[in-house]
Parts: sequence; structure tokens; C-alpha cells
Amino acid sequence: MEVLPTCMDVEHSRVYIDQLYSNDSQKCFQAVSELKFAVIGSVREKGSIIEQGVVVRLLQILRAPELDILLKTEVATVLNSLAKGLPEHAAALVQAGLLPVLWEQLESCPSGGSGSAYTQMLLCCLRSIYRQGCAPPPPAWDQKLLSSLIQHGYHPPSNQECVANILAHACKTNEQQQQLVDAGGADLVACLLCSPVSRVQLPALHCLTAMCFNNERVSSIIATKSYGGKAVPDLLVGLMARDRPRDMQLAAATALTFLHRAGALSADDPRIIYKTLQCLVRMCRRDREVWERVEAANTLAYLTEVSTDLQRTAAMTDHLIHTMNDYLKDTTPPNASVPQGISVSPVSCRQYDNPSTWPELMVGAALKVYASLGANDEDIRQRVIKTDVLMNTIVTSLSAASPPVQLAAVRCLHSLSRSVHTLRTTLQDHVVWRPLMTVLKTSNNEELVTVSSSTLCNLLLEFSPSKEQILDQGAVEFLCGLTRRPHPGLRLNAVWALMNMAFQAEHRVKVSILHHLGTDQIFRLLSDTDVHILMKTLGLLRNLLSTKGHIDQIMQCHGKEIMQAIILILEGEHSAEVKEQALCILANIADGDIAKSAIMSNEDVLKKLMNYMVIPNVKLQIAATFCISNLIWNVEEGAAERQNKLREMGVYKLLQNLMTTTDTGLFDKVKTALQQFH
Amino acid sequence: MAAGSGRHSASPPLFPSVAAQDAVKSLYPMVNEEETPLPRCWSSKDKYSFIGLSQNNLRVHYKGHGKNHKDAASVRATHPIPAACGLYYYEVKIVSKGRDGYMGIGLSSQGVNMNRLPGWDKNSFGYHGDDGHSFCSSGSGHPYGPTFTTGDVIGCGINLIDNVCFYTKNGHYLGVAFADLPSQLYPTVGLQTPGEVVDANFGQSPFVFDIGEMMRELQSRVRNTIQTFPVPDTHGQWQSMLHRMVSTYLVHHGYCATAEAFARSTAQDFDEELTSIRNRQKIQKLVLSGRMGEAIDTVHQLYPGLLENNKNLLFMLKVRQFIEMVNGTDTDVKTGAGGGGGVGGRKMCGGSPAAIERMLHFGREVQHMSQVLKIHLGKSDQNKKMLQDAFSLLAYNDPWNSPVGWQLDPLQREPVCQSLNSAILESHQLPRRPPLEICVAHTRQLLTLMSRSGLGSCAFSSVDHVLGGSPLPPTPPSAATTTTTAAATNALHHHHHHHYHHHHRHIHDQ
Repeated sequence: MEVLPTCMDVEHSRVYIDQLYSNDSQKCFQAVSELKFAVIGSVREKGSIIEQGVVVRLLQILRAPELDILLKTEVATVLNSLAKGLPEHAAALVQAGLLPVLWEQLESCPSGGSGSAYTQMLLCCLRSIYRQGCAPPPPAWDQKLLSSLIQHGYHPPSNQECVANILAHACKTNEQQQQLVDAGGADLVACLLCSPVSRVQLPALHCLTAMCFNNERVSSIIATKSYGGKAVPDLLVGLMARDRPRDMQLAAATALTFLHRAGALSADDPRIIYKTLQCLVRMCRRDREVWERVEAANTLAYLTEVSTDLQRTAAMTDHLIHTMNDYLKDTTPPNASVPQGISVSPVSCRQYDNPSTWPELMVGAALKVYASLGANDEDIRQRVIKTDVLMNTIVTSLSAASPPVQLAAVRCLHSLSRSVHTLRTTLQDHVVWRPLMTVLKTSNNEELVTVSSSTLCNLLLEFSPSKEQILDQGAVEFLCGLTRRPHPGLRLNAVWALMNMAFQAEHRVKVSILHHLGTDQIFRLLSDTDVHILMKTLGLLRNLLSTKGHIDQIMQCHGKEIMQAIILILEGEHSAEVKEQALCILANIADGDIAKSAIMSNEDVLKKLMNYMVIPNVKLQIAATFCISNLIWNVEEGAAERQNKLREMGVYKLLQNLMTTTDTGLFDKVKTALQQFH
Repeated sequence: MAAGSGRHSASPPLFPSVAAQDAVKSLYPMVNEEETPLPRCWSSKDKYSFIGLSQNNLRVHYKGHGKNHKDAASVRATHPIPAACGLYYYEVKIVSKGRDGYMGIGLSSQGVNMNRLPGWDKNSFGYHGDDGHSFCSSGSGHPYGPTFTTGDVIGCGINLIDNVCFYTKNGHYLGVAFADLPSQLYPTVGLQTPGEVVDANFGQSPFVFDIGEMMRELQSRVRNTIQTFPVPDTHGQWQSMLHRMVSTYLVHHGYCATAEAFARSTAQDFDEELTSIRNRQKIQKLVLSGRMGEAIDTVHQLYPGLLENNKNLLFMLKVRQFIEMVNGTDTDVKTGAGGGGGVGGRKMCGGSPAAIERMLHFGREVQHMSQVLKIHLGKSDQNKKMLQDAFSLLAYNDPWNSPVGWQLDPLQREPVCQSLNSAILESHQLPRRPPLEICVAHTRQLLTLMSRSGLGSCAFSSVDHVLGGSPLPPTPPSAATTTTTAAATNALHHHHHHHYHHHHRHIHDQ
């Protein structure tokens, strides 16, 4: 029954599609008009027209210099209608090369012609494409094009809406943010925020947010802009008022959050700690839409990620910890319908299209909030841990969820693992290390592995009961492998974890670390450009070289390389903190029985030590003196011999001179050392 | 708070019409304090003996032994919270936590034992400083918020629409503590150990928490409820009723062209002929421009018998005519183009001696008429005063700047005009007042009734705001009903205009 009319439709549509190719512009115009009426409001027609390859012809008309502007406007109207169809339709248009044509046409529009119907329709078309979230932004803006786009954005309201949307969707990189501000984007946005039309204000907020994200420079410029005598942050507070539409409140709160995180507004600014925080917590309430709750919680997690004050305030505001617990238990009703026409930020474009993913989005958002809340304050952490189902959610999310939720779970676990009490109790009870190790071993998501390895560092602390079990799982080999990764965060975490692991460890563990790491890798880490990695590697060496027995055994096998490494550091261009670590390792070596000879036999090192004893840096003096004091320790075998040698080299004299020091720490060390001499 | 924060000052006041001098009252403009006074301080009678009051009964201190919970003591505010507040809020600053800081802040009903902390007994609700727990008519609390101590400011709010209570600490919202609250609750604080001192702010000073914004949220919620209230309209009756209300309003006031256009676009017809409307409009125009003599003649001519049957109205018109003669605007005294009423060098009757003569003569006529009226219809204080006021104008050299000069204000023509208009309509069996105005008056009455019945929404349902001040919903009005509401609003708008901006009057002649 359906077949016949469809055939007739195609037959019928062919008539005007044929006319589209006519050279008679009158006929062509007629055909485009008919096409327009056919596609407006009909998703099926849009799909069919695109499938028939009509777009190529339409673009051809746009580019033909001799053709009439009215015809081109009509064509742009058709394209705009097509772009508003399904995301696939918009994608097909992009595929057909629509974007460059539109930009090129816009460029050729006279700069004073912002009000012309053609310019307006071109902008509408660009807006519709970008709003579908399937178009890549231009990799870098052509400065001239960007300026004229911003000029078009001032007037009329239709242009304001379109330009704000385009810029919001096409501002992704640091460079684009900067370009946008340089071209006057911040002034335009400030102006649009004051529009009486919410369809303009909302994309303006999204645009401002996109410009501020993670960009200190741009944010500080935007924060000082004003319009109508009001500074942008105050305009945002106005748009966040409780009687504003909720999507507007949310968008304004997000903009303020990004300004804060980029350093333009401090955490104790009332606009942040009162207004923004309260607004976001309010948006998480049960009576809101799922997408609002997810967006609000994600933004809240970002807002409170760093500042302890914000974490404390959030934790006591409107039962937030309980509200987040509801997120974990939320099951979207089976009849849930996809929200229509919601204006989420470009970042979340299309994220809420599938209701079956909503529970997962809720869980991810809540775990991120918990991660932020529990980052610093032990009281909050304990309140978070006590909430129902949290630990189970973390464990199952670690092993079963999608990567973003896995990441949220690991972040949350990381925050919780900063508590000694929790390490010993809850985390142990829930055997969290097991799924964590699986994530580490199987995931190739760098961010996920970074946070996971940070968490592992905490689980490997000496008072953590999981430490032994993790070791049994081949953690040493795995971590040593991580130290070879190109991502510096991963290398740092790996060395850090190894350092924690080596602290007061059994000999077999230390041997295993040295075996799997290998001395060349130690050298590589010691020459790492990241000073944190260098420091943690020295820390690792210090922990390896502790207690006499271990020191002697390790030095017997690797003495030569270790001494080389220390000399490398002492001779290198390093900060005092780094050199102090190296001297401390020497002091540890000097504590061994056999190991002492590695230093005593190396006059170069001895001279270096004497040099550090007189250097104008008390910490280094102390470390060097401590090392000497270990070398000449009285009761040990061969002490007299070593004392004689050092006395000959002038160490005794040096120590006597140091007795005049005003630093009590150094004085004590010097005194102890002198007492060792016969 | 930082000046730039915009926390209180930046936002416009909720109801700008309320006088600013009484800060407490201005928070709750819909409360009729003659019926339900607002709590403004603690009661010196309704308290336990261990409570001491000072500083205009706003500061509370403990003066008992404080050995155990049997020494707890509370005080209530002077009055219960009126429902018409909609959202009520007060703040307490902890001046000193004393020995143990066993302080409770909350609400209780009249008659609840005062030898207790708020929250421990039935119909009593409190948030306690020592453990941060909330107590809901029970001796054992629930974990609720943070603890509080010296220097903290604790706010207690009650939403009288949803009947829930919430607290704030130093301006941060802590969330709902109690639901399903009974009515007629009093602000209450309780103390239990020596040295505890707290200060209350019932709205006399700005609050730390931004309660105004919360009020605006409730206001927009209530307004939204009103605007989206479902109306059963199966046969389009609702809509045609609205159309009739708008149209009768326009007809009543003689907005002829508008009424015609409206009727055309909504496909209805008038009960009154168009010519009749035009006639009334013509008369109104004469009255409003001060040409009373002509107006009276026209009424005689177009509506014979109307004034003869309504002597009091005729008298009112004649007195107004006399006033307009003094003003120099009535046709009988009008000399040349200038007329009276000019700002500079205004003279009685336009300065013409002949006109003054005519005015005095007319005055005697009116006086005579008053005596005749007294005989036929009995004594009327109203008529007497009207005449006295009018004649008093003659006692001054510059009547415009005299104590009775208000009569010369063109605004005074309006009531005369309305009375005449109503009388004409009534004589044609048409309502004296248009249904739209009756509906507005009904609504106002209902709001006071809501207030008396404890329905908190009345606080945010100002008729004037719905009609005048409120912005229309953000979406462009597409449904027919919305358009109608907008039209009605505009019509009323016009009406207000009419009253307050006389010079922009705008009568459709054709």
C-alpha cells in the first residue's frame, strides 16, 4: 500500500529536481522554492533529497558568481533546513563540502551587509550545522574572516544567535580561544549577554565558557570586560539568578566556574563561593531533569576540585553528599524520553540522546563530585565513605563501566586513598586493588592509567595492608614497565610507587625492583627532564639503600653503577634539593659495612664531600657532614684506618672550623662527627 | 561581603511600591499587619525564667545554672509567622557560645513548654549548635548540618507554600530540615548553659543569606503556576469568554477603534451599536477637555431624560461646569484661542470680565439647584461639600495655587466622566462596571481571603504584577489564549495610562 505513493513521490520530485539544473534562472528559482517547501519540516524528505545528490548542485548555485542573490538566498534556506534534520543529514552536508562554500560566501559578503537576507541565511546555515555537533571547527581561524564574523554578530538578533552558536561550537583549542579574544570576541559576548532574548544569551554563555576553559590569559581579559557599566562576572551572576530559566542559570554557573578555575576569580569571591556554588548544588536536586543534574554535578566537581574551602562549603550545602548518593542509585524509567530542544553546552552536545546511558552518566558525575569533595578534608572523606553503595559502585565501575565512568571511579578512589584510616579499613575490605591492577594492566587510556597509578602509590604506602597482595600480583614488573612510558605523569607515578614500595621493604622486594628496573633505566630516570621524576628516583635509591645488610648486598652487585649515578647528580646542574638527596644516598651507603669502601676508595667523592661541608648551604653541609660521620663511626671495623685517611685529607680540621656555626642542626652533626675521632 | 558581589543591593526590590522605611514590612508586602502582625522581637512574656532579654528584646542571654537538660530555656517571638509572608526568614548571630554551646534555633507553636530546647517536644523544631543535629518534635536528633559556635550566623527559613523549614550558616544554604510543618509557628531560640548569648535579626538589618533571590524564585514559580494553570476548554467557551471580557472593557471605556478591531479579529459583535459607542466617546471627550456646557447639552440631546431622571448626576456635572468656568476652559467663558489653564499668568475665567459675570450668574443657578435638590431628595453631605469646595475657589486671587486648587486639575474630570459614562450605560441596560474590572476586584478579594486562610502562595500573587509589571512568557505567544491575555493586559495598561498620564490621553476620534 505504501509502495505506490512513494514511487509517485520520487517521480514527482524528479520534476523539480530536473528544473534545478535548468539554465533559465526563473525556472531554477521556481524549483528551489518547491524544494524548500518539500523539505521544511520533513525529516524523510531531507534524507531523500540528500541521497539524491542534490546538495552538489545547490553548492554549485551558491558558488556561481553570475547568479542572482535572491536565488542564492533561497538555496541557503534549503541548506539550512537540511542541516536542521538528523545529525546524519548535517554530517552528509559537511561531507559534501558545504562548510568551505559557506565560509567563502560569507567572506564575499560586504562587511556592512550584516542585515542582508543572504548574510543572515548563511549564518543560520553555519549555526545549524555546528549545533548538530558533527562539524569539525576550522583548525585555525583566518583572522580577517573571524573579525568579519564577529562584526556580523552585533546585529540583528538572528545574527547574534547564529554567531554566538558558531563561535561556541568552533572554539576548542587554546589557540582558537586566543584568536577569538584578539578579534574582539570578548566584547561581542559581553554585549550579547545583555540581550533581552534568551536564545541569544544562552549561546553567548556557551561561547564565553568555551573561551575561558583552562585559559588563564583569556579568562583574565574576559573577567575585566564590561557592558552597560556592568562587569562580565556580575552580568553572569545576574543570569544565574533563581528566577531565570534553569538552562540559563546552569550555563552562567558554568561560565563562572571556568573563570574561577582559570584564575580570573578567586575561590573566596562571593560570586563563586556563594552564588555559583549554591546554584550548582541546587541544579543537582531530584526535581530537575537528568541532563541538568549530570551537567551540574560535573561542573560542581570541576569547581570544587582544588579549593578546600569550596569543598567544605559544598559538603555542607543542601545535603549534597546525600543527593549524590541518589545519583548512584538512579535508574532511569524505561519510558524516559529524550529531551527535545534542550540547550546543553557544545561540549555535551548529543550526550543525552540515549536514555539507556543516563544512569551511567549520573554515576560518573556523582563519583567525580565525591572525588572533589574528599580530596583534602578527612571529615568529608569519612562522610563520603559512609554513604550507601559507594564502595560497591566504585568497585563495579572500575571493572565494568565505560572509560569516562572508570576514570571517575578511579578519581574517587584516589581521593579516598589519601586517608590512612580508609586505606587500612574500607579499601582493604573491598579489595579495591584487584580491579585497580586490572585497569592498570589492561587500559591504554593514558589519563586513566595516570590516576590509577597515583592511587596505586597510596595503596603501596608501608602502612597499607594491600601492599603485600599488590606485590604478589607482579606490581614491581608492571611499575618498572611504566617508568619507560613516554607520558611524564606515568613515569612519575611509577617511580613514586616504587619508592613507596621500597620503603622498609624486604630484601627480595628490593632485589626484584633493581632487577626489573635495571641500572640503565635508573640512569635514564636520573637524567629525566622532569625534576619531580629525578627526585623520586633518588628517593627510590635512598629507600633501596637502607639497613646495613641490604646496603652491602646491593652495593656488592651494583656499587659501581650507583656510585656513578651519584657522581652524575653531584656534578650536574641541579638544585640544592636534588644534591641534598644525592648526599643522603651517600650517607646511607656510608652506613654499610662493606659499602663504605666504595666511598673511601674514591678520593674524588671524598673531595666532593669536603667541598659540600663548606658550601654556603646548611642543608647540604648537614648531609655531607652526616655522611662523613657515618664513614668514621667509631665502633665499626676499620674505623681507625678511615679516620686516619680523612684526617690526612684535612677533614678533622674542617670539622673543627665548622664548630663555630650558628646553625644548631649542623653543630650537632659536626659535634657527633668530631666525637668519633680518637 | 564585597561590594561587587551584587548579593543584596544589585537586585531590584521585589515590590518596589512598598515604602522603604520599614525594612521588616518591606520583606512581606502582602501581610496585613492589622490582622497578622509580623514577629519583630522576642516576647518578654512568652519565655522561661532562665532567659534574659536586652537590646530592644533582640538579644537573648542565659541566666540559669545550666547543670543539665532540665535547665534548658527558650523564648518565642511576639507573634506567629503570618502565612501571607510566603517565605519567612530570620537570622540569629551567636554572640557567645557560653560554656557548652547547647543552643537551639527553630520554630514552635504557642503553648509548647519553654523549659526545653526547640525541637524536643511536639510542634517544636530546632537545629542545635553542639552537634549540628536537627530535632523534629523529638528528644533525639538526626544528623543535619555542621555545628555552630561563637561568631556564626544561623538563618532559619520557612517556606509557607511547601510547608518546609530550612537553615543557613553564614550565608550558605544547608537544605530542608523539616517538612509538613503545622501553621502558626513562632520563631524560637533555646539556650542551656551559662554565658550563651545570641542576637536575632528579624529583617531589621540586611541578612547574610540572600533571601530576596529565593523569594523571586518562588514568585516566578507561582506566576508560572498561574500562567500555565489548566483551563477546561472543550468548546472554546473559555476563550470566547475572555474575548468578551476584553471587548466589553473596550466598549465600556469607549475605545471605539480598538474595540472594533478586536471584535473583527475575534469574530464577535457588540451589544451596543457602534453609533452609541461613538456618542459616549464624544461626550467623554467633551468632559475630559473641560467643555462641560457642551457635554451637558449633548447628553440632553442624545439621551433625553437621562439627566432629568438623575438629578444628583446633573448636579455633579453642573458643579464641574462651574469649576471649568473658573478654569477658563468651559465654552461659555472661553475667549479666543488661548483659553485658560496656561501656566504663566493664569487668570480666572480667562481674564474676561464678561466671562466672570457669566460665571457668577451660573454659580447662583447652581446654588439654586442645590436648594431645590435638598427639598426634593433630602440633605446630601456629598453635594453640600462639592458645592462648598467649588465656591471656595472664588475666595482666592490665584485659585490654582490655593488649598482648593486641586479641583482645577484636569485629572478631576475623570471621576465625573466615569459616573456619566456608567449612567449612560446603565440606562441602556448595560453593566455599570465592565466584567474585567469586576474580575480584577474579585481576585484582589480572593487574595486577602487566601492570606486569612493560611495559603502562602498569596504572598507572590500580586494582581498588579500579573497585569502590569510582569514580563510575558519568554516564548512568543502563539496560542490564541495567550494572545487574548496579552490583549487584556494591554487594554488594562492603557487604562492605567489614562489615569496617570493625562497629557498622553488618546481618544479615538472619527
